[in-house]
Amino acid sequence: MNLILFTFIVLLGFTSYYFGRKKAYTIQSSNKRLTALPQFYGYYLAIWCAIPAFIIFSLWAIFEPTIVKLLVLSDYSNQGYLDDELNLIYEKTKSLSRGQFTGEITPFIEASAEKYLSLRSIAQSSKAVIVLSIIIASVAYAYKRISSNSRTREPVEKFLNAVLFTASLAAILTTVGIVFSLIFQTIDFFKVIPLFDFVFGTHWYPAKAFVRDSSEALDPSMYSDTFGAVPIFAGTFFIAFIAMCVAIPIGLMSGIYLAEYASSKVRQYAKPLIEILAGIPTVVYGFFAALTVGPFLKELGTSMGLEVSAESALAAGGVMGIMIIPFISSLSDDVITSVPQSLRDGSYAMGATKSETIKRVIFPAALPGIVGSILLGVSRAIGETMIVVMASGLAANLTLNPLESTSTITAQIVVILIGDQAFGDPKTQAAFALGMSLFLVTLCLNIVALRVVKKYREKYE
Amino acid sequence: MNKSKEQLLNKRYKAEQRFRLYGLSAIFMALLFLTIFIFKIFSTGYSAFQKTWLIVPVTFDAELMMLEQNPSNEDLQDADYYDIALKSMADLDPNANEDQENELKRMVSYFFEKEIKNELLNNPGLIGKTKEVYLTASDDLDQVFKGNYPRDLPEDQRRVSDYQLKIFDQLVAKGKVESKFNISFFTYADSREPELAGIASSFMGSIFSILVCLMIAFPVAVLAAIYLEEFAPKNRLTDFIEVNINNLAAVPSIVFGLLGLGVLLAIFHLPRSTPLVGGITLSLMTLPTIIIAARASLKAVPPSIREAALAMGASRMQTTMHHTVPLSMPGTLSGTIIGLAQALGETAPLILIGMVAFVNTIPGSPMDPAASLPVQIYIWAESAERGFVEKVSACIMVLLGFLIIMNLFAQIIRHKFEKKWS
Repeated sequence: MNLILFTFIVLLGFTSYYFGRKKAYTIQSSNKRLTALPQFYGYYLAIWCAIPAFIIFSLWAIFEPTIVKLLVLSDYSNQGYLDDELNLIYEKTKSLSRGQFTGEITPFIEASAEKYLSLRSIAQSSKAVIVLSIIIASVAYAYKRISSNSRTREPVEKFLNAVLFTASLAAILTTVGIVFSLIFQTIDFFKVIPLFDFVFGTHWYPAKAFVRDSSEALDPSMYSDTFGAVPIFAGTFFIAFIAMCVAIPIGLMSGIYLAEYASSKVRQYAKPLIEILAGIPTVVYGFFAALTVGPFLKELGTSMGLEVSAESALAAGGVMGIMIIPFISSLSDDVITSVPQSLRDGSYAMGATKSETIKRVIFPAALPGIVGSILLGVSRAIGETMIVVMASGLAANLTLNPLESTSTITAQIVVILIGDQAFGDPKTQAAFALGMSLFLVTLCLNIVALRVVKKYREKYE
Repeated sequence: MNKSKEQLLNKRYKAEQRFRLYGLSAIFMALLFLTIFIFKIFSTGYSAFQKTWLIVPVTFDAELMMLEQNPSNEDLQDADYYDIALKSMADLDPNANEDQENELKRMVSYFFEKEIKNELLNNPGLIGKTKEVYLTASDDLDQVFKGNYPRDLPEDQRRVSDYQLKIFDQLVAKGKVESKFNISFFTYADSREPELAGIASSFMGSIFSILVCLMIAFPVAVLAAIYLEEFAPKNRLTDFIEVNINNLAAVPSIVFGLLGLGVLLAIFHLPRSTPLVGGITLSLMTLPTIIIAARASLKAVPPSIREAALAMGASRMQTTMHHTVPLSMPGTLSGTIIGLAQALGETAPLILIGMVAFVNTIPGSPMDPAASLPVQIYIWAESAERGFVEKVSACIMVLLGFLIIMNLFAQIIRHKFEKKWS
């Protein structure tokens, strides 16, 4: 129904474009000068068609559900139901009208489902009538208005500019959406669990919160020692640390080699090959870590008389490090190549070898950029999810032994939220609180890293 | 004096050599990882493209099938195939007792009834006759036939019994076991049984998600990039937008999953587990990538083009829309494809919005529940059955194949259509 209406409106838009242009041509043929190209007259009319349609559609989308709900529930209004019960009745009504209702069908609900359906169909048809009549009226009005000396290009371009501007707000909107989706759940979480317990508690055991019967009142004392995030944070930074131990030496050295030593031919092939590592989906790395690296390390450890968990932090961190190599290598390659040649020439002129020049002149000059690239790598490592979900443990151990299993922020979010979630449950809220801390940490890292890189670029430009 | 100078020089040259070697070995290590990685995936995955079939003689006994004389097509549809299916399996060993008959039945997939039915529907003349029918082998026998199953384990640690192995070996000796290209891997939806599991549903889920993502992210990102690069005044708001875009590009993907869960599902009540929600979530993720690429390629259009258009009396909007934007399109498109390739490989946000639900139907629209290829990899990788290991690798191969094609496509667009300004 909506689709038909929509296509009809689009067709109307095209027709009004056609009529606008035609009117411009008739004006032109009566030997009057136009103020804009004929197609602008067409666009002008099409906009007069699009704007009212958009406004009515959005108003309808906002108000229709509320009004229908009010009307359907007006039957129940005098019977002393609570708001929650009314909401439940309404949900049942809706699912019954979609034919998805499972459960006992009472005559009341059946009646209101019928009412709901009839209200919906009335709403649909009245929407169609109102939209079409308003569009036709507005296009007709605009059609009458345009004449040889009316301006059409300026309004059309202003409209386009407004559209472009709105599109650029999408980035802000996404950030707002992220903060919005995280903050309410997080605040609710900290109403039950004190911030202090979350940040400094050393026991993370959210499964304990799940056993609770949902009808029980929320008792904060029940959650003491359940949501202490220290093991999670420690595990996250520990695995990120292992990853950086792999990624920094290999990434940095290959970046230096590509920038300073490699012939253009080697560079041409090696650089994209290394970057393939960045294009491999993380779930594939996770599978690799869980299936190959984990068992391999375990066997290796057993043969050396060490006890290695099959889900060791070393396996997850090591594979994550491989994933981060290309980020560090290509970013440091970039910063090293942008160090001015004069610095190198000066060093060579003093008799330094290539490696001495790199170590004593180029590296210090490029250091801010390299640090920036490393920080970006750390932020990747902290936010990486699939590798840790698949290859590291899910139990949060507070340990610094790379051969044991640990858990991370991201892995815990997935573990908690996989399957069905009940909003309002402290366990679900805990996942959002973890997400909030992840967002804040990576945000800080990113801002610092981008600043550093930008400052550095400005220095040599 | 001279000698120590020479020694020092030698030392410095050696250090130089060493440093060079470090660099070379770093690159070598990175490439080694890549090679091991790809080798491992291919060596475990290639066998999934073959499927083992048992060739079993089936007697289409009209009486057992409860069929009247001259049955119509409808009768054939409704007929009872279970008994003849069971009987044909039991007949593999005439001396089998009841337990062994059960074991015989478990040598094929639970689709065996359907496979026999299809055989008859394709050839109704078979009633009352006996014909050899290809039946899908159970995943354990499939693995045995491919040599992936350790046969020397003690019987109680195996999922295949000695008896099943004996009958299976007899069949192999008679040439009644065949390996054919695994078409069902591409046409079946997910299943709990590895031998019947395919990627069709997750593949369609991926396609729908990517289409939704493309339809949202591409227009919004291109329009935003045009505004920021061509029209935006330099003020606080546009600075803020820019900071936002750069930060969003580095926000962990799982946070976008939380956004999808907390806003799209909890507030807008969009249907769970669907490619629609997945696509919207992914589009928010790819938005900054495309914006950055589109801005870079708009920036690469030389100012002389704009100046020429303006000098001819075009308005700024006309200059942009008629000249700058078309010239920047190759770069924008290749950036878009790379962004979509990233979105195609993304798993974590899709898990959070419920696309991990077990779906054994092939979705027909973005509003139907579905998985996606990377999520399918995750689901199978978490399953215990041995048969899923090769399936995961095969699914990875398909996914990597798509990513390679997309990236090649982006390269081609960039090299073929992008104008070099100099």
